Amino acid sequence: MIYSLLFVFLALAFAPFLMSVINRTKAFFGGRSGPALLQPYYDLVKLLRKGAVYSRTVSWIFHTAPSVEVAAVLAALAVTPLGGIPALLAFPGDLLFLVYVLGLMRFCVVIAALDTGSAFEGMGASREVQFSALAEVALLVGLAAVAAKVHAVGLSDMCREAWAGGMFGENGVTMLLVSASLLVVLLAENSRIPVDDPNTHLELTMIHEVMILDYGGVDLALIEYAAAVKFWVLGSLLVSMALPFRGTSQIGNLAAGLGGLLVLALVVGCIESVMARLRLVRVPQLLVVAGVLSFLALFNVMR
Amino acid sequence: MTAMFLSFFVLGAGALGTALAGRTRVGRIGPFAAVIGAASSAVACLQFLLKGAGWDLILPWHVPMGSFHIGMDALSALFVLLISLVGALGAIYGRGYLGHDPEKGRVAMSWCWYNLLVASMLLVAVARDGFLFLVAWEVMSLSSFFLVMFDHQKDEVVRAGWIYLVATHIGTAFLLVMFLLLGHDGGLDFARLSASGPVASVVFCAALIGFGTKAGFVPLHVWLPEAHPAAPSHVSALMSGVMIKTGIYGILRVLIFLGEPVSWWGWALVVIGVVSGVTGVLFALAQHDLKRLLAYHSVENIGIIALGLGIGLLGVTAGNPLMATLGFCGGLMHVINHGLFKSLLFLGAGSVLHATGSREMDHMGGLIKRMPVTGATFLVGAAAICALPPLNGFVSEFLIYSAGFTGMSSGTAVWSGLAAIAGLALIGGLALACFTKALGIVFLGEPRSEPAAEAQESPLSMQWPMMALAILCMAAGLAAPWMVRLVMPVAAQLAPAAVNLGAVAASQEMLFRISLASLILISLAGAVFWLRARLLRHRSVRESVTWDCGYAAPSVRMQYTSSSYAQPIVEMFGLVLRTRRELEPPEGLFPTKATLHTHTEDLFVRGAYGPAVRLISRMADRFRWLQQGRINLYILYIVITILLLFLVCLR
Repeated sequence: MIYSLLFVFLALAFAPFLMSVINRTKAFFGGRSGPALLQPYYDLVKLLRKGAVYSRTVSWIFHTAPSVEVAAVLAALAVTPLGGIPALLAFPGDLLFLVYVLGLMRFCVVIAALDTGSAFEGMGASREVQFSALAEVALLVGLAAVAAKVHAVGLSDMCREAWAGGMFGENGVTMLLVSASLLVVLLAENSRIPVDDPNTHLELTMIHEVMILDYGGVDLALIEYAAAVKFWVLGSLLVSMALPFRGTSQIGNLAAGLGGLLVLALVVGCIESVMARLRLVRVPQLLVVAGVLSFLALFNVMR
Repeated sequence: MTAMFLSFFVLGAGALGTALAGRTRVGRIGPFAAVIGAASSAVACLQFLLKGAGWDLILPWHVPMGSFHIGMDALSALFVLLISLVGALGAIYGRGYLGHDPEKGRVAMSWCWYNLLVASMLLVAVARDGFLFLVAWEVMSLSSFFLVMFDHQKDEVVRAGWIYLVATHIGTAFLLVMFLLLGHDGGLDFARLSASGPVASVVFCAALIGFGTKAGFVPLHVWLPEAHPAAPSHVSALMSGVMIKTGIYGILRVLIFLGEPVSWWGWALVVIGVVSGVTGVLFALAQHDLKRLLAYHSVENIGIIALGLGIGLLGVTAGNPLMATLGFCGGLMHVINHGLFKSLLFLGAGSVLHATGSREMDHMGGLIKRMPVTGATFLVGAAAICALPPLNGFVSEFLIYSAGFTGMSSGTAVWSGLAAIAGLALIGGLALACFTKALGIVFLGEPRSEPAAEAQESPLSMQWPMMALAILCMAAGLAAPWMVRLVMPVAAQLAPAAVNLGAVAASQEMLFRISLASLILISLAGAVFWLRARLLRHRSVRESVTWDCGYAAPSVRMQYTSSSYAQPIVEMFGLVLRTRRELEPPEGLFPTKATLHTHTEDLFVRGAYGPAVRLISRMADRFRWLQQGRINLYILYIVITILLLFLVCLR
């Protein structure tokens, strides 16, 4: 319990830091010194101190959406475990709450984008719903494979038992397949390369960034923060599935999990440095591959 | 029991009064009779739900094979509750919706049919005799047919009406066969209906086709996207939210007759569920007529209900009580929940139609500012149908998902669990795409046409039912652990052996946690919003234009439309959808005009029913020589027939 609480506080405090790790990695590959490690925090503070400019087209939906997004992602965090550390609020079937609360977050982002009446934001919204529909299948089927493997329906139980047979135990193949699928889902859901480029400056090619074009100030800070926490949430799931270490002491588990998250950020940074983003028509294919990996994991369980 | 009779009496009197004295002052009693009738039937089922006292009544009725046998049990009470609720709210809404119609006679008749529809649906739910059931079923089909034909001057409405009439009678034909197979020694009393062995499977198939036509299972759904948009919106709400559920009621009732299920029945429902769900949502995505989109979503949600019930049956046959309980409860709760949010959405669509005179989504936009109540309630309905927490749609889908996960993790029903999870995941993602489209294109952005720009909020009598339904959607989501008590006795009725105390307690425990998590979600949202408002309080908050790459004079025509929004997904599933495009591209150096029309015809209409109907009419053409249009010839036919009959009898 105390470690679950600690995990939530760490997430709240260090979620933006992971973004900074990714940026630093990319800077390293590019031979730049990169932004300061605390840059995301500086940005958040700067945005929180600003006023706001709203479009004349928008309705109350645009004003409310960012708050709901933050609430949704925090609720998701409450049911997120990390390896051996159970979630603050663990119950059978909590993984569905997690997936659908992230769905609520997406719903808010999308309708707020459509609220501005901008063609660019409509375009981003249209892409977002297409890709996430496919990502959701991969995510849920992957989790179903884990549920079938470890005979549990609670996310915390699933993550704790994921590597129950040890590093070379029988769970290995399933977990690796699921992890590969979850990695693609993580990249797609968090709008990273190769699905979306967080640094692009051309509205026509963006997905997530274009949907929040009209936001500024406090609202933008809320959205950026929510995006960082979302990365942390999905990252924790991925680390729980991919990290074959379950210690006896909770402090060890927490340290291993946090280390896993750091490594994940480094890996994402490397992927972003060595890859270009895919053409938009190729993205569904990538997500279908993730789905296929999840199904393979499941067939491996039932073999 | 008295309340139920009172309800039938009031509804009957309302129907009679409006039919006989439609143009006078008496003709206005229609909506009032419907509300009072529905309220008293609600009292009847609440008496049952609170006190738990079922009743059974046989009245003398001189019909061969039939008796006037009605009764109330958990299954009936569940459907009576839904019928009364939506029936009453629909009547209140309809009074405002039809209030300014200049043709008073037409309006009065529509109230006659409305009262009859509510009464016959109630009778379907409480009938305990096959003959009585079929009579009620037929009255229900006919009264809804006449309601669909409200705008009978329009060709498309007449076409929709005929498709509906044909479809519903094909269904009824299968029901006749089904009851004949179920009946023994000449009686059709429900207490004596049973079948076993292969006959039971035949009965199940007949029920699946007969009731499935009414419910709208793919590929029997083709009447649904035609008839529901054609009807007045409060009728669409009643038909889509409630009437199609009588098909589900019928299947459940037959399952009770049949006793011990066979595993392929469960599989049949699971497959039908997934196919209906995915096709329904895909075709919904390709529509740009708002009510047609909603009608296709009814197909999707009926699929989800079938999926839940199928998983429940498989749980029973696999000997997994928790899976059975979760599956049945999920399916049954989705009956109620879909009834709530789908009627809400149809009422919202009706409100939009009332204000703009159009169902074409691409002519709308920005309505949330002009119609705040419609917009906000439509938002609630859209979020609920996308199964987003903390609303009610999430709860029932959660139960079905959990049933799938339970089957999977216990290793008893792995493949069906996988079908449920993968199916629901795909349906969920696409539904979110579809309803962000419906909400975003119709209510958000800038108005795309003159009528949309000048739209005004509907009268209060139309706002109240929408608000009531939106509140019910939220309440049913948060009160899920109590809501599930409504459906638990029905699940126990369906599978007495499987639904045990342990399974019930486990599923209730899950729902308590969901409610807790939802409450946390709501309070977090409130807290963050408060914080944001506090931060912005003394700062400068200005207004400007939407950012369009620095272009400061954006026009409304630059916005994304419903077709462009759905285009990537429609393209991705092009193999199934086969959307027709008529493109007139811009030409020349200074193009003046370009057009694009897209139309997505139903796969089954184009691929199966169309050819079948053409074949039948070609065959019928061969017999044209019989019909010469001369009376003397027809008299000759009659004489020949009578002679032939004589010969047959004398032999």
